[in-house]
Amino acid sequence: MGSRLSVVSALRGFLPARAVLHEEEDTRPYECDGLTAYRQLPMVVALPETEEQVRRILQTCHAMGVPVVPRGAGTGLSGGALPPGDGVLLSMAKFMRAVRVDPVARVAVVQPGVRNAAISELAAPHGLYYAPDPSSQIACSIGGNVAENSGGVHCLKYGLTVHNVLGVRGFTIEGEAIVLGGEALDTPGYDLLALCIGSEGMLVVVTEVTVKLLPKPQSARVIMASFDDVEKAGDAVAKIIAAGIIPAGLEMMDKPATRAVEQFVGAGYDLEAAAILLCESDGSAEEVEDEVARMKAVLEGAGATRMTVSSDDAERLRFWSGRKAAFPAVGRISPDYYCMDGTIPRKRLGEVLNFIAALEKKYGLRCPNVFHAGDGNLHPLILFDANDAGQLDRTERFAAEVLEKCVAVGGTITGEHGVGVEKINQMCVQFRPDELELFRAVKHAFDPAGLLNPGKAVPTLARCAEYGRMHVHGGKLPHADLPRF
Amino acid sequence: MTEPFQERIREAAASRTPLRLRGGGSKDFYGNAPRGEILDTRGYAGIVSYEPTELVVTARCGTPLTELEAALAENDQFLPFEPPHFGAGATIGGCVAAGLSGPRRAAAGAVRDFVLGTKLIDGRGRVLQFGGAVMKNVAGYDVSRLLAGSLGTLGLIAEASLKVLPRLPSERSLRLEANEGEALATMNRWAGQPLPVSASAWHEGRLFLRLSGAEPAVHAAAQRIGGEAEQASLWTELKEQAHPFFAGAEPLWRISLPSAAAPLHLPGRQLIEWGGALRWLKSDASPKAVREAATRAGGHATLFRAADKSAGVFTPLDPVNARLHTALKAAFDPAGILNPGRLYADF
Repeated sequence: MGSRLSVVSALRGFLPARAVLHEEEDTRPYECDGLTAYRQLPMVVALPETEEQVRRILQTCHAMGVPVVPRGAGTGLSGGALPPGDGVLLSMAKFMRAVRVDPVARVAVVQPGVRNAAISELAAPHGLYYAPDPSSQIACSIGGNVAENSGGVHCLKYGLTVHNVLGVRGFTIEGEAIVLGGEALDTPGYDLLALCIGSEGMLVVVTEVTVKLLPKPQSARVIMASFDDVEKAGDAVAKIIAAGIIPAGLEMMDKPATRAVEQFVGAGYDLEAAAILLCESDGSAEEVEDEVARMKAVLEGAGATRMTVSSDDAERLRFWSGRKAAFPAVGRISPDYYCMDGTIPRKRLGEVLNFIAALEKKYGLRCPNVFHAGDGNLHPLILFDANDAGQLDRTERFAAEVLEKCVAVGGTITGEHGVGVEKINQMCVQFRPDELELFRAVKHAFDPAGLLNPGKAVPTLARCAEYGRMHVHGGKLPHADLPRF
Repeated sequence: MTEPFQERIREAAASRTPLRLRGGGSKDFYGNAPRGEILDTRGYAGIVSYEPTELVVTARCGTPLTELEAALAENDQFLPFEPPHFGAGATIGGCVAAGLSGPRRAAAGAVRDFVLGTKLIDGRGRVLQFGGAVMKNVAGYDVSRLLAGSLGTLGLIAEASLKVLPRLPSERSLRLEANEGEALATMNRWAGQPLPVSASAWHEGRLFLRLSGAEPAVHAAAQRIGGEAEQASLWTELKEQAHPFFAGAEPLWRISLPSAAAPLHLPGRQLIEWGGALRWLKSDASPKAVREAATRAGGHATLFRAADKSAGVFTPLDPVNARLHTALKAAFDPAGILNPGRLYADF
């Protein structure tokens, strides 16, 4: 393992001095990603600008046995880009170039630092767009989206990152060039592209991404429907699907969430409703008119107490603005909040929401809920004050109980934010030792020395043993530091 | 119960006996020659769970594809990737292991896009579960999607959970006249417009198109595109390779390319699907010539059906990819007993 000075000196052998940071004042901005509770000053930050520089950084670190953690825009919510205290944080921020947009083949080739929303902006003159739209899309990078397999509010109909990325180019930890996928719809051999998407930067470092572009629907309208009961809203979602409709977007917010949001953005939500649904239809004008009418009929039959259909695009975007601003809005009504990301089978929604309501009483903490209702992905937001040590402790136990409930009802601890460092203990709940061992074997196939983003996503058996013991005894979780962002 | 499979695999691993995982045998022709003792998966059959409003079905590997599709059809749902059966006995395990998709692939996605979770028996006889029965799940590496198309070389796919979708209310097939170049340009142009195109094909001067969606959208698109009405059965003939194009003794190549790639001009007969991204070639051209043309065009060529497969069925991997394949194979199947050589000769 290299010392700080030996690593800096080795990297400065081929990188300009400004691209190798090691003074605390320079490395401080990289100490955390969007999960700010976990902080660690990186030993060194490297800011390459070319693929050749990335290759040499990896080769050098590999030869010196130095850990490397890739980082995109740093908006991740699970600490996946938490830096190594004894290694190199590899910032891909300078990889900002759109290599090409091909309107005929409907692909864009971009560098990983390009923002998610910027891809759609590049494609817009051709009537095309990039479908996955995580709420952080104005800031998050496509490289980070690949690492996390990011979703968004339209993925029931249009899929996740894995469904919309055709290929990537990059390097292994040893600095060997690798191409996965391409512009054809498949490649020979195993689907390593699918394996690497969502691998949290632990298998390869991506330096170029080829994405699929879709024709922009001619028309889109959103219905805002109110319900006097959260379970009725959940049932309405099932009824829409049962009617054979796959809405472009299908989101739910409960009353505490709409009230928090309304103060912040003035989206025009019904503040008396126990829950609201946002149901979007897109397609040709005729198609949208037909689908909106069918969805309204279903929603009415499911007991909607009020419905408003967006009359123009400005109103549609205003309805969505509240949903997309839910996290920052909640950040304004509480000193701190903790966002969860479990996915459940939709039919268990009522049960899980009742469970969360009971936990609110048990722990004395409020928990508004926003929910990608179409695909069962919950984002309960526990409100707390980190300055109150008792609340910190209660929040973590609250969150752990919710995630474990998600697993118990047949769901998962993370739908789209990733495991990172945040949910690594819950991996021990979701997976058995043999499965975790296989994950480690997959990691070993790509990175035998375990240098690429070590310690993330896949826990060691020892860690699970420790967590299990503490969990059984109902004591504090191993991590004393607390998530707040 | 998976225990008999586990026991059999453990014994085979101990004695280094190759096993040939096999469902209905409908895809015996596909891939490099199968070898080893047959492990018949058909005893482990049946739909484990199916909740139409969850859009997820979970089935055991030996479940006949026809049975699964019938259960979905009863609820007006279907497998959006329209898997080919290639025989009456096709099973869901074989469908995922082969990773082959049908006419809707360019519009809807491939098998791997709809695999949400799997129960796998690895080469040590361990039952492992990955993914699940929910739409979004990023806990752990996405092993389930990796298994799609792995041809049973990584383990026995004992169960699979697949995303399903509602059938589209209206469907119409059309036929237009076009040469190859015009057809490729037209298919790519349509795909760039908000049209409900669910399948396309070109063969011998005729461009075929299927529109699927809400009736008003299908109607408006059909008006705009024009052409003659075509039989819907065409798409089943293409999917199952019952179309006359597929007859004849010459080797059948499956060439996967970027959809806008220019015509290949290889000797032989050609049929194009997937908006230009899939080009079937019946040809006696040398494997080297076919593979080189495919690589130059940005894709790859698979020797899909042939009496002589000595040239290898799949395009050889570059050294880095080859090393990763071997390492992954060793991680899943350390004794190297599961369908050895079916994908690549060296594992």
